[in-house]
Amino acid sequence: MVKPMVTVENLRVAFGAAEVVRGISFEIARGECLALVGESGSGKSVTARTLVGLTGGGARIAAGELAFDGQDLTALRERGWRKVRGGRIGFVLQDALVSLDPLRPVGKEIAEVLATHTGLTGAARRARVAELLASVGVPEPELRAGQLPHELSGGLRQRALIAAAIAADPELVIADEPTTALDVTVQAQVLDLLAELKSRDRSLLVISHDLAVVARLADRVAVMKDGVIVEQGPTGRVLGAPEHDYTKQLLRAIPAEHTKGTRLSATAPAPPRRPPGEVVVRAQGIGKSFGGRIAVQDVSFTLRAAETVGIVGESGSGKTTTARIALGLSAPDTGSVEVHGQSWAGLDRAARRRLRRDIQTVYQDTLAAFDPRYTVAKVLAEALSVAGVPRRSRRERSVELLELVGLSPEHLSRRPLQLSGGQRQRVAIARALAPEPAVIVCDEPVSALDVSVQAQVLDLLEDVQRETGVAYLFISHDLGVVHHACDRVLVMKDGRVVEEGPVEEVFRTPAHPYTRELVAAIPRLTAV
Amino acid sequence: MIRFIAWRLLAGAGVLWGAATLTFLVLHFTPGDPAEAVVGGEGAAPTPEVLAQITAEYGLDRPWYEQYAGHLWRIVRGDFGTSYRLHTPVTQAIGEQAWATMELALAAAVTGLVLAVAVALATAGRRRWIRGLAAGAELLVASTPAFWLGIVLLTVFSFGLRLLPATGSHGLASLVLPALALALPIAGVLGHVLREALEEVLDEPFIVSARSRGLADTTVRVRHALRHALLPLVTMSGYWVGALLGGAVITETLFTRQGIGRLLVAAVNAKDLPVVLGVVLLSALVYVLVNLVVDLLYRVVDPRLKEAA
Repeated sequence: MVKPMVTVENLRVAFGAAEVVRGISFEIARGECLALVGESGSGKSVTARTLVGLTGGGARIAAGELAFDGQDLTALRERGWRKVRGGRIGFVLQDALVSLDPLRPVGKEIAEVLATHTGLTGAARRARVAELLASVGVPEPELRAGQLPHELSGGLRQRALIAAAIAADPELVIADEPTTALDVTVQAQVLDLLAELKSRDRSLLVISHDLAVVARLADRVAVMKDGVIVEQGPTGRVLGAPEHDYTKQLLRAIPAEHTKGTRLSATAPAPPRRPPGEVVVRAQGIGKSFGGRIAVQDVSFTLRAAETVGIVGESGSGKTTTARIALGLSAPDTGSVEVHGQSWAGLDRAARRRLRRDIQTVYQDTLAAFDPRYTVAKVLAEALSVAGVPRRSRRERSVELLELVGLSPEHLSRRPLQLSGGQRQRVAIARALAPEPAVIVCDEPVSALDVSVQAQVLDLLEDVQRETGVAYLFISHDLGVVHHACDRVLVMKDGRVVEEGPVEEVFRTPAHPYTRELVAAIPRLTAV
Repeated sequence: MIRFIAWRLLAGAGVLWGAATLTFLVLHFTPGDPAEAVVGGEGAAPTPEVLAQITAEYGLDRPWYEQYAGHLWRIVRGDFGTSYRLHTPVTQAIGEQAWATMELALAAAVTGLVLAVAVALATAGRRRWIRGLAAGAELLVASTPAFWLGIVLLTVFSFGLRLLPATGSHGLASLVLPALALALPIAGVLGHVLREALEEVLDEPFIVSARSRGLADTTVRVRHALRHALLPLVTMSGYWVGALLGGAVITETLFTRQGIGRLLVAAVNAKDLPVVLGVVLLSALVYVLVNLVVDLLYRVVDPRLKEAA
């Protein structure tokens, strides 16, 4: 029998008193891709780091067996690890922006691997760096090699990181969330790149919270929860016929085409839908440029009460600029935005402030959205005071708002850091609801959340809409989320709306080539 | 880039102008006859002829704005007046001493920086007792008065072990103890700041990324972390230039070395105002130049700043 590339048996990792990996076992065969799937805090990243001996300070590691190509990793000293790291195991960390040295050209980071693990000299290394960058699909590799990470787009950075990981042609590549924070078409390209590695008989360990990403790439899937692998097996079997409840729950929570109109989380069904009401926001031919670069051009849309309009597009397509103009935070160069028939342009300061109560926001970064020293009670009281609610009824109203978003009065005394990401987003929604607005602009509201929390928040947004009749302008790069949550959608590219219409129509029979490209790039579970 | 340097030079000229104005105000508002101040205060007892000559030379009988313009114009021409004590032009008196101080300051700056970097690189993120030991040593040298540190060095290495000369300013051997006395407190502060910065950088994901490429720990520290950690040191240039200039006064006096510091002490004691003002202007010039170099260094350390300007 051929020895497996990686053997992990009863691995336990603890930091202090907290055991984050609690006895997991798996194997990776040569030329095989194993996906470790789980939500934040499940211990999947710690497991990956342990395989390259970089678990972190203060970690206690115990294992029945921890072997790479028959070599016992637990017996390795620092010098031995250095040969393995980069040379035989390539490691791609998540978020290339912070995983590349911001002060060094990306080419140097790749050359470093070559200098450490190969006998190549200066000129040969430079040539190899360019070859590697070209092989991962970076255009103009010689030029790019000399650039700093921040001068590259997210996709190019991620590729440079992959190029560094595979520079010394390692037998195993570990990729920790390799496609998080990437636009859907770029994500598809990176996944193809990793799939190609596998075809060259290299082994792959992919860490991800995204089951759809995993479905495209992995031969086998291991689902992790609270430091334990609850289920593992061939990808088709685990995703097609899951046995464990947690796997089923994860699968059900993924918003996509087929989940439209259904509940993502295991909560009570929503109250009945209201029909769309009168027009609350009307944008006509808005355009804006920054220093000669066109950010938004000729964008028009209407948003009715109790309706959700989605704006999709990749980074830099003008989604956020459109939202800022709709909010009256940024004045358009051309065109106008009316809220309740009043144009932002025609109002004085006091009138703008009054109108702003009618249009609220919920952002992606739940931690940055609050003053870290404010309690939930203070956050809500502030929003209510702006809304003109008298002091004596603020507490009562705060409790009502919390109950509306599925929290309870006990959360009033908490500060942002004492809440989970999902709870913080619920508070953000409660705060947005405080002045009883007609519209909430949701800018990537669930992008930073785990899939099961995302499911709860998406369900909550729907419940709130049915309860209050609020309209949503819903900005997202995740087409699955948009498909699930929106009634109508605008597809933006390079500042223009290339296609718009009812979400079903746009996604099922896309008319514009760019929309077709986007829809084709969505990782799908149904492909399994 | 050229615009940036031109802008900084302009700002520097502004600082020097401010310093020149300050020296004028000091001269003008010192109680008593400014002519007397120029020749060395009340104790100098100059003859009425001398006072009359100075009054004419400095234009002390003219309105203040003409005096101010004349003051600035003399400075622009490099004329800082004549030292009453040495009876030589101030520029010459300073020029004779400048090299000795520069030698001392450079030697101390290099020693201090090398010590700080070496200790910080070796101890950052290590076991608790190693870091504690290093931090303790740094605190000790940083908080020890410079003259006492100098006396300790003298007692041990000069009077005790008889390894190095105690005084004088000739040759490398005479530079070692003063440079150390000046460098140690600076190394203590810089080392502390550098270790904190290094420890913060060593937690960054790109460091894990570098380690995952199989780099040795020393390589990771020197090649990746150090550059990031140097930025706060560059920012603190104001502190260490001040420490070098201020420390030079004490160190030169203690080790009886030639230099601007001792010149300044002698001038202050003798109320030799033109020399004091000359040293003030020179210090301002050094600050301006060092700040210009530091701003250029920033861009070398952090290339991201190049396009921001």
